[in-house]
Amino acid sequence: MSAPLPPTLLDFFRAARGAGLRVSTAEGLDAVRAAEVVGFDDRATLRDALSLVLAKTPEEKRQFEECFALFFGRDGFREAAAAPADAPAPTPPGRAEGAGGIGGDGMGGGAAPSPLGRMLLEGDRAGLAAAMEEAAEAVGLSSISVFTQVNMYARRIMERMGLKALEDEIAALRRDPAGAERAARLDLARDYLRGEVRELVQRNLLLFARGETERWREEMLRQARLAGLDRRDAERMRVLVRAMARRLATRYARVRRRDRRGHLDARRTLRRNMAWGGVPFRTVWKQRKVEKPRLFVLCDVSGSVAAVAQFLLLFIYSLHEALSGVRAFAFTSGTIEVSEILEREPIEQAIAQIMGRIGFGSSNYGTSLEDFEKGWMQAVDRRTTVIVLGDGRGNRTEPRVDILQRLAGRAKQVIWLNPEHPASWGTGDSDMPRYAPHCRVVAQCATLRQLERVISDMLRNHAG
Amino acid sequence: MQDGGVLQRRVASIEAVEAGLGATGYIASRPIATAIYLAQRLQKPVLVEGPAGVGKTELAKAVAGWLGLPLVRMQCYEGLDESKALYEWKYGKQLLYTQILKDKLAPVLGEATSLEQAIERLHGVGDVFFSRHFLEPRPLLRALEEPAGAVLLVDEVDKSDQEFEAFLLELLSDYQVTIPEIGTVRAAVPPLVLLTSNSMRDLGDALKRRCLHLHIGFPDPKLEARIVESRVPEAAAGLRRQIVGFVQGLRKLDLKKLPSVSETIDWARVLVLLHARELDSGLVRETLNVLLKFESDIRAADSQIAPLVFQLRQETAGAAA
Repeated sequence: MSAPLPPTLLDFFRAARGAGLRVSTAEGLDAVRAAEVVGFDDRATLRDALSLVLAKTPEEKRQFEECFALFFGRDGFREAAAAPADAPAPTPPGRAEGAGGIGGDGMGGGAAPSPLGRMLLEGDRAGLAAAMEEAAEAVGLSSISVFTQVNMYARRIMERMGLKALEDEIAALRRDPAGAERAARLDLARDYLRGEVRELVQRNLLLFARGETERWREEMLRQARLAGLDRRDAERMRVLVRAMARRLATRYARVRRRDRRGHLDARRTLRRNMAWGGVPFRTVWKQRKVEKPRLFVLCDVSGSVAAVAQFLLLFIYSLHEALSGVRAFAFTSGTIEVSEILEREPIEQAIAQIMGRIGFGSSNYGTSLEDFEKGWMQAVDRRTTVIVLGDGRGNRTEPRVDILQRLAGRAKQVIWLNPEHPASWGTGDSDMPRYAPHCRVVAQCATLRQLERVISDMLRNHAG
Repeated sequence: MQDGGVLQRRVASIEAVEAGLGATGYIASRPIATAIYLAQRLQKPVLVEGPAGVGKTELAKAVAGWLGLPLVRMQCYEGLDESKALYEWKYGKQLLYTQILKDKLAPVLGEATSLEQAIERLHGVGDVFFSRHFLEPRPLLRALEEPAGAVLLVDEVDKSDQEFEAFLLELLSDYQVTIPEIGTVRAAVPPLVLLTSNSMRDLGDALKRRCLHLHIGFPDPKLEARIVESRVPEAAAGLRRQIVGFVQGLRKLDLKKLPSVSETIDWARVLVLLHARELDSGLVRETLNVLLKFESDIRAADSQIAPLVFQLRQETAGAAA
């Protein structure tokens, strides 16, 4: 139990952070204590124990298991690394004759056999693996951060293990006709070793550099245009949107309970304390009610706006803790309510269904607004925030600005989000400048970061 | 601390925890036993998460039963606050005593000639009305004051407010609480704390950081069979295998609420009461409402009953032959 830990736990924490776990210092200390208590002998128990301390959600548990397997799998790798050595045809005979051959070569060739060459030909797996790990540590392999460094680290490790001496030996053997066969065997073994070292480096890259790469990717995604997203990135983006929404939701759910103390509510205090003869044991304070925003979301789902609509809806529906009620509407040339679909189905399928029902037509803002006024204008009240998402391009149809004006009059505020750059508002068939005066906020919303900012502002205005 | 020593000896190893819990009828998987072992050794609370009915609350009861410690249970709900969780002053008693003791105040104050003097004398009496005698301990305080230690179960902590969660932090990290009028109460023997959560909302990072995090999922068939064996020993081995196989099959379907271990146990009891020897479609259909709690789920599962039962009977027949 008191034996030194083969790979240190500290390295493991770094790898775990790289895999996306948040390992605080306190948790790290706990993990060390837990590991000391259960010991390092039984891997499954160690995994259970560390998982209890380090991973705090089912998602984190999964990441943890993956990282643990990768990290502590290194011992298994030693055997695996040596095992294929038997597979290439020339090596087994090499090993068999190696012991006898060395003496003969030593006498005949005169080239001093390098330690690395001897280990390779003798098939000394443990020695090779130890030398490799040692060299890896010496060159600081665990600080590898991008994949372009793989070749450099592999070369450095090989050099550290004595590649130079090995090359010299091979060169010397080549010159000697008696050593040709041995030179060929060493050549093969060297190539094999190179492969193994590369594998080790790749594995470390996976372990330690993933965090960096992930963070970098996320940063890029936040700024990427929502409309032109890769299908592959879309899933990652959804995860990101949910995380953002959760952060906002917890922040604003708290603000809402802020104003608890203030003036004494004399009437209710007296009433509450009737049981004690009116002696005020329990005080009741006047509470200012901070209301959660009610939200109506109108999304243009035609053409390029649709991609952004998907993320806006996902964002809004991940926020439900901070909102008191959300109704969503989709329109192209007419408006339908889609709240029910969104509540029933997971977001991806819901979006697909909505698109199936009205998507991909050419948009007509006038008729869509008329539909909305007929069907749902009554439901808009002073507590309602209306978010309109659209490029304001009605294909030269009547924009019906008057309806938006009436809407703005009824609602607490109207926020218009436009995925286009402000410079192109008003060009061509864009009616944006005519809608804009009736909206409290008009903002561009082409990237996730812009989306987050707008929604965060909205929640703050409500809370303040 | 003597009692702490006893605990230490009983929770000697992970195997001892497994065996001890097994003796009370709770079949613990290896991670669960590891969690209890570490909780005792590191003196840290355990946050248990998982779907409803996998035995989160039951675990606390089993641990208390095994260690012979009192179980102090605190059910959380929205609006739970300190006065219900920690302590409250006995207002009624305070009032009553002031009334009764009114005449006793006269001699104390009688000789006082001025207001200052009277107040001076009152100060001399001390805070009689805000002493231990008038304190009503609620679950958290009770758990700290148990002389031999206790198992404290904070049930469904996700249903409480965030403020309450923050309030728990002092208790969880130092096993002490602060009562303004009296001072800090520290546990003589730190209780073993288990918190359960159904993930109604995400708990704060601060809380999670102070706890060991144990996730209990649905058990694998082998473990579930052992659980049923321990809880419903009347069910014969063949029936038991079929029950577990059927429930495991149901969990693969797309249902609103998957049947949990507690439902498996209930169902096994029902089938034993009905003197069932093996499953058949009719019997399953009649008793399915024990396993599934939503009308839509029962309808969704209906078409799967016959093939599942058929397959299980084939397997049983194969095992017998």
